[in-house]
Amino acid sequence: MMNRIKENFSKFARNRIALVGAIIFLLVIFTAIFSPQITPFDPNRQDFGMISPPSTSHVLGTDDLGRDLLSRLISGARISLIVAFSAVSLALVVGVTLGLLAGYYGGLVDMLVMRYIDLQWSLPNLVIAVGLMAVFGRGLINIILAISVAWFDDFARITRGEVLGIREVDYVSAARSLGGSDGRILIRHILPNSIAPIIVQATICLAWGILAEASLSYLGLGVNPSTPTWGLILSDARGFFSFAWWLAVFPGVAIMITTLSVNFLGDGLRDFFDVREIKKEE
Amino acid sequence: MTGYIIRRLIYGILIMLAVTTLVFFLIRAVPGDPVRAMVGFESDPAAVQEIKEKWGFDEPIYVQYGMWFWNVLHGDLGTSIWLKQSVNQVLIEAFPRSLSLVVIAFAMSSLIAIPAGIISAVKRYSLLDYVVTFFAFLGLSMPAFWFGIILIIVFASNLQLLPAFGYESLFENPQAWFLHILLPATAAGVPLIASLSRMTRSAVLEELKQDYVRTARSKGVPELSVILKHVVQNAAIPIVTIMGINLAVLFRGTVVIENVFAIKGLGRMLISGAINRDYPLLQGTILIIAGIFVFTNIFVDILYTYINPTIRYK
Repeated sequence: MMNRIKENFSKFARNRIALVGAIIFLLVIFTAIFSPQITPFDPNRQDFGMISPPSTSHVLGTDDLGRDLLSRLISGARISLIVAFSAVSLALVVGVTLGLLAGYYGGLVDMLVMRYIDLQWSLPNLVIAVGLMAVFGRGLINIILAISVAWFDDFARITRGEVLGIREVDYVSAARSLGGSDGRILIRHILPNSIAPIIVQATICLAWGILAEASLSYLGLGVNPSTPTWGLILSDARGFFSFAWWLAVFPGVAIMITTLSVNFLGDGLRDFFDVREIKKEE
Repeated sequence: MTGYIIRRLIYGILIMLAVTTLVFFLIRAVPGDPVRAMVGFESDPAAVQEIKEKWGFDEPIYVQYGMWFWNVLHGDLGTSIWLKQSVNQVLIEAFPRSLSLVVIAFAMSSLIAIPAGIISAVKRYSLLDYVVTFFAFLGLSMPAFWFGIILIIVFASNLQLLPAFGYESLFENPQAWFLHILLPATAAGVPLIASLSRMTRSAVLEELKQDYVRTARSKGVPELSVILKHVVQNAAIPIVTIMGINLAVLFRGTVVIENVFAIKGLGRMLISGAINRDYPLLQGTILIIAGIFVFTNIFVDILYTYINPTIRYK
C-alpha cells in the first residue's frame, strides 16, 4: 500500500507544473484556515479612515475607510474558498448521484435527468446563478446553493457517460450474478472505476466556483455586504479605481493565483489519470 | 438532414418555452413584491393596489402565466416595471450592443489563438510553446471582469487613449463604435484565447503523428504547406467545437463585462432585471439568451457536416 502511494506520488510529482500548482493551492488553503491568526491587522479596523497606497505599515495599502487591504484579502480567502469548496462538493454529490442513477437504471430516470440537463444547457451557468440569486437574495448559503445548482449538470453528464461505458463489462456482470445489490455494485464497482474524470471535473469546477463567486459578488448578487470576499472587495472599490490602482490590482491577483494553481493541479491530474479533454456531447 | 434540422429546431423551441416557464414560476415562488420595489415601501396601500391591478399582479399565478404566455406567442414580452418601457424595445436596443461585443471579441480571440496554437504545436517544447502555454493558463485563470477593470485603469484613466464606458451605434458613427467596443471586447476575448489555443495545439499535435504527414513530407511538400494545407484542415473539427463553445462562453461573459463597461446590452438587462425584481424584463432577457444559446449549438452541429462530410445526422 505505501509503495503504491509512493509510486503514484512520484508519477504525479514528475509533472512539475502540477506540483507547483498543488503547493500554491495548499498555501492558499492554509492561509484561509488560519486567517484570523495571520492577518497583520483587524480586517475591519479603520486606520485614520482614509485611502492610502502600499507602504511599510500597510503592505498592500488601505481602502477608502482606511482598512488594511492585505488583512481583508486574507480573511476574504476564507469566505471565497468556503463558497467554492461547498458549492463544488454539493454539485459533485448531487450530480454524481443523479448521473449514477440515470446511467445505471436508464429508462424513465435517465429520461427525466437528461431532459432536465437539456434545460440547464440552454442557459449559460452564470445566467442560471444570476437568476437564482435574484430569487434567493444575497447571502452565504444562497450563493453556495446558486453556484452548485448552476454547475451540477456537468457532473451528472460526465458520470452518466462513464456509467454507460462500465455498466455491461464483465466484472459488473460477475458482481451481479453473485447476487450483489444495485447499491453495492454502484458504490463498490462502478463509482471507483469512473472517478477519474469526476475528480478532474471537480478541479475545473473549483476554479469556476471561485470566479463565479467573484463575479456574482462584484455584480451585487453575492454574499452580504459585511462579509469580505475577493469579489466584494473589488466591488467596494469600484469608485476609486482611477486613483487607487492597488484596490483593483491586488484582489484580482489573489483570485488569479488561486485559480491558476487549481488549473495547474487539474491539468496535472488530467495527465495523471489520462483523461481526454472533456468535449461537448451530442 | 433537413428532417434532423427541423427536429432540432422544434426541440430547441420547446426547450426555450420550458426554461421560461420554469423561470416564470421560480421567480414568483419567493416572497418579495415587485410593486413595492417599484413604488417604495411606504406608499399608500390603495396606490399599490391600483398598480397591481394595472400590471395584472392581483390575478392568480396561473392566470398571470396564461396572459404572459399568450402575449409571448404574439411576440409581446410585456412592459419593464423598472424602465417603464416595452421589453421588446429594450431588448431590440440591447441586442446589437451585446452582438458587437461578442463578434469583435470572438474575432480577436480566434485570430490570436489559432495561429498561436498551431505555432506552439509545430515548435513543441520550444520557448515559444512554453510562453503560449503560460499565457493560455493565465487567461484561463483570470477573471474577465477584473481584466476589464485593469484595461480601464491603464488605457482609459491613465493613458486616456480609449473611452472606458458606454456604446456608440455602428451605423451612426463607426469609428466611435470601434473605439468604444475595443476595451470590452479585449476583456471578454483574451481569456478565451486560452482554451482555443490549447485545443488547437493538441488537435494539430494529434494530426502531426499521422502517416499522411510523413508521406507529404517525404515527397518533398514544403513544411509550411504540409501544416497549412494538410494538418490544419484535418484538425478543424475539435477547433470548431471549441469555437462554438467559445461563442456561448462569450455570451455568458458579456453579463459581467457589460456591467463593468456600462454597456446597456443583454447582460446588463439581465442583472438589472434580477436586482430590481423586474419580472417581465428578467423573463424576456432569459428567453432571448436561451434562444441565442440553443440556436448557436444547432448551428455549430450543422457546421460540422460541412467541415467533415463523413459526419451524418439521422
